[in-house]
Amino acid sequence: MSTQTFTLPDVGEGLTEAEIVSWKVKVGDTVAINDVLCEIETAKSLVELPSPYAGTVTALLVPEGQTVEVGTPIISVGSGADDAALAPAAPAAAPQEAAQPAAAAQDDFKPVHGTLVADTEQGAGPLADTEQGAGPLVGSGPKADAVKRRARKAPAGVAPAVPAASTPAPAARSQAAPSQAPAAVVVPSAASSDDERHGLGGALSGLVNRVLAKPPVRKIARDLGIDLALVTPTGARGEVTREDLVSYQAQREAEVAQSGSFWGASAKSQERRIERIPVKGVRKATAKAMVDSAFQAPHVSIFVDIDASRTMEFVQRLKKSRDFEGIKVSPLLILAKAVIWAAARNPSVNSEWVSTPEGDEIHVKHYMNLGIAAATPRGLLVPNIKDAQDLSLKELAIALNELATTARSGKTKPADMQGGTLTVTNVGALGIDTGTPIINPGEVAIVAFGTIKQKPWVVSGEVIPRWITTLGGSFDHRVVDGDLSARFMADVAAIMEEPALLLD
Amino acid sequence: MGVGQLPTTEFNDEELDEYPESHLGPVPRPGGEDMIQLLDAEGRRHDHPVFGAYAEALDAEKLRGFYRDMAVVRRFDQEATALQRQGQLALWVPLTGQEAAQIGSGHATLPEDFIFPTYREHGVALTRGMDLAQLLSLFRGVSHGGWDPREKNFNVYTLVLAAQVLHAVGYAMGIQRDRKAALARGEQPEDAAVVAYYGDGASSEGDVHESMVFAASYQAPVVFFCQNNHWAISVPTVTQTKVPLAHRAQGYGFPGIRVDGNDVLAVHAVTQWALDRARRGEGPVLIEAFTYRLGAHTTADDPTKYRPGSEEEQWRAKDPLTRLEAYLKAEGLADEAFFDDVARQGQELADHVRETVLALQAPTLEEAFQHVYAQAHPLVQEELRWYQEYEAGFVTEQQSAEG
Repeated sequence: MSTQTFTLPDVGEGLTEAEIVSWKVKVGDTVAINDVLCEIETAKSLVELPSPYAGTVTALLVPEGQTVEVGTPIISVGSGADDAALAPAAPAAAPQEAAQPAAAAQDDFKPVHGTLVADTEQGAGPLADTEQGAGPLVGSGPKADAVKRRARKAPAGVAPAVPAASTPAPAARSQAAPSQAPAAVVVPSAASSDDERHGLGGALSGLVNRVLAKPPVRKIARDLGIDLALVTPTGARGEVTREDLVSYQAQREAEVAQSGSFWGASAKSQERRIERIPVKGVRKATAKAMVDSAFQAPHVSIFVDIDASRTMEFVQRLKKSRDFEGIKVSPLLILAKAVIWAAARNPSVNSEWVSTPEGDEIHVKHYMNLGIAAATPRGLLVPNIKDAQDLSLKELAIALNELATTARSGKTKPADMQGGTLTVTNVGALGIDTGTPIINPGEVAIVAFGTIKQKPWVVSGEVIPRWITTLGGSFDHRVVDGDLSARFMADVAAIMEEPALLLD
Repeated sequence: MGVGQLPTTEFNDEELDEYPESHLGPVPRPGGEDMIQLLDAEGRRHDHPVFGAYAEALDAEKLRGFYRDMAVVRRFDQEATALQRQGQLALWVPLTGQEAAQIGSGHATLPEDFIFPTYREHGVALTRGMDLAQLLSLFRGVSHGGWDPREKNFNVYTLVLAAQVLHAVGYAMGIQRDRKAALARGEQPEDAAVVAYYGDGASSEGDVHESMVFAASYQAPVVFFCQNNHWAISVPTVTQTKVPLAHRAQGYGFPGIRVDGNDVLAVHAVTQWALDRARRGEGPVLIEAFTYRLGAHTTADDPTKYRPGSEEEQWRAKDPLTRLEAYLKAEGLADEAFFDDVARQGQELADHVRETVLALQAPTLEEAFQHVYAQAHPLVQEELRWYQEYEAGFVTEQQSAEG
């Protein structure tokens, strides 16, 4: 008989994807309606999916650990006698296994949350026939069905040329038709891990170890990149509170002590020796931007050592000045000002390479949206200060502080990161002398600001300690030639050596 | 209720004269301070001076019926949850843990009483003789309601928190006016009452306050049945109230009773007492059924994120089915064959529900035109014709296949 495919349902209200955490069945297993097939984790919860079909599992279409969109076929179940022959495993063994979770869940009508009682009569189910009319409800949330455009009838009098491409073929359906091939994709081979889960009582696995926390706290944790399980809870019910997170974050910043346990993983089982981290979110965006930039824009990088002692003095004076009271001032402020000043003298560094159908163009920006690369809990973000050229030193200081605070708390909005014209990356904050920065896409120049430290320096023939730093710059050679980039960097360096030139 | 009986600036003079300030006095408290319990968690019977008699009046058949309904509706709940997990329902609101509160109170109502449920009263629906498969059309998103409230005097599910409590009081006030009109015509009026279901979360809504003020002022025949299941999604009751919810009735001037919501006998007795009182015209009662939502708020919720499993375990020990089962067995009122039969009936219902739900079809847009006005309306008719013409303007699949 036929094979039926179960597509990932939206188990919450408006969820778009879920991760297959673990399969509870394998190819060849006999399943009854409502037998637990797998455990999935959505943005909201960890839930078990009960089988809508009775029959033999013919293929698991998604491997464990993979996140798939709602509507993706995840398992095929064959019904009827023919399929029994397909099943590689002896069917005799299968029912026993299937009965185990059923019995556990049955327990006199006392269901664990999210657990479902399997049918007592295996394979009972008058549903096979009714299936055709009613596919799973997919996408009750924001991800609605694609709009189908239906063809209009030709107006009367006109030759009745029926448009050929009228109704789009139900492609999704035919794609969903399970080929046998994907069966090879996943075979939950690790019997050991399987047993482990069953041992925990299937339904309970994942639930017992859940961390309690209210949704706002969870959000903060997510924004800060904190695993709630690592936080010591102090709430009345043992839940993690906002305060717990704050103190954990403070502690985490103080000691990067996790390194101690890192290698400990080697003592663990073989599959734990490699930690698999799915590339998504900011990591994914960063990777794409960097690859695009590195391969599209021919980079040329130059470096210059400078004596930033006067900048340091200037910063000290600003800190003490009443006008800057309560405002955080750092050498980065002077560099930002220097970059704005130097860009005005060398405008092509503040531009963009634009490819149009009519040919390529260079768009020179008569404004400076100064990007500041920031390492945030979410990953690398480059928010920018809009129209930075119009800001006074004090306004720029305030803008830099706000930008940093927002980024650190994980609240940077997408709009803050768009429309940048030139970027500064402060690698010195981590104690690094300099590096070869990669240009932020859409821009042609980036300045790396190294650490400032005292070094022996020759002044008027004498070696004396001075505050030295290294500036690095990368430029898109399509736009900025070597001499121009050198001039720009020399201008920036000049300000760092003598901030008074800003008065020019 | 005809137009003539619509509320005007009510309280005619004579009525007002009957209530001088001095009428303000103590409110009867038949339950006292304690929670009413007639069957404890171990299945032992307890007596009560007021409510004990109601439980005494129940014969073995009735008790077995209570058990059967609780078990069957729990099985139904599991099937509906499974259907949601299988993508056949957009959402499901599980009731597991609250069976006694619903079956006990539902069985205390009479056919002529009118029920205003929340979205979780599947057990009450069962006692009203509803086909439970009907409940699911709303959750499948193919209907805005799913049934005619007048057939079983069971209103459609209300998803807006506490809104149905206002409707219930309004309906109860309507009953009062129908009564008055019938007496004026020299007819024997129908004595009916209304039950307003809501939860501990909804008790914080202003609607409930307004409802209670009006119900008390008019002595409306309404029973406020609050299922305190301890969690308003993730907010615990202790956050919502500093006194037992039943105590709030004192402030409005009618009796408030806290009953063990997992004790079907006590729930039934207290509800019957309150309904009898309401039908006699003695005004509203607030019943707080002290129970627990063992599962999630809805299938879109994960309670493990905000409450400890140990709390669920504590309440699992007070399971409403377990204690009645123990009692029935101890008293020799039910044998194994009975329990097997109940399990079979649960499975039958589950199969029926699954079959019905899978066959439910999405409505056409044309049906939307049918529910705008009770009677044919020229503008709507015109719009319907336009729509039908518009729809007919498309190439059918068959035609396009030929082309």
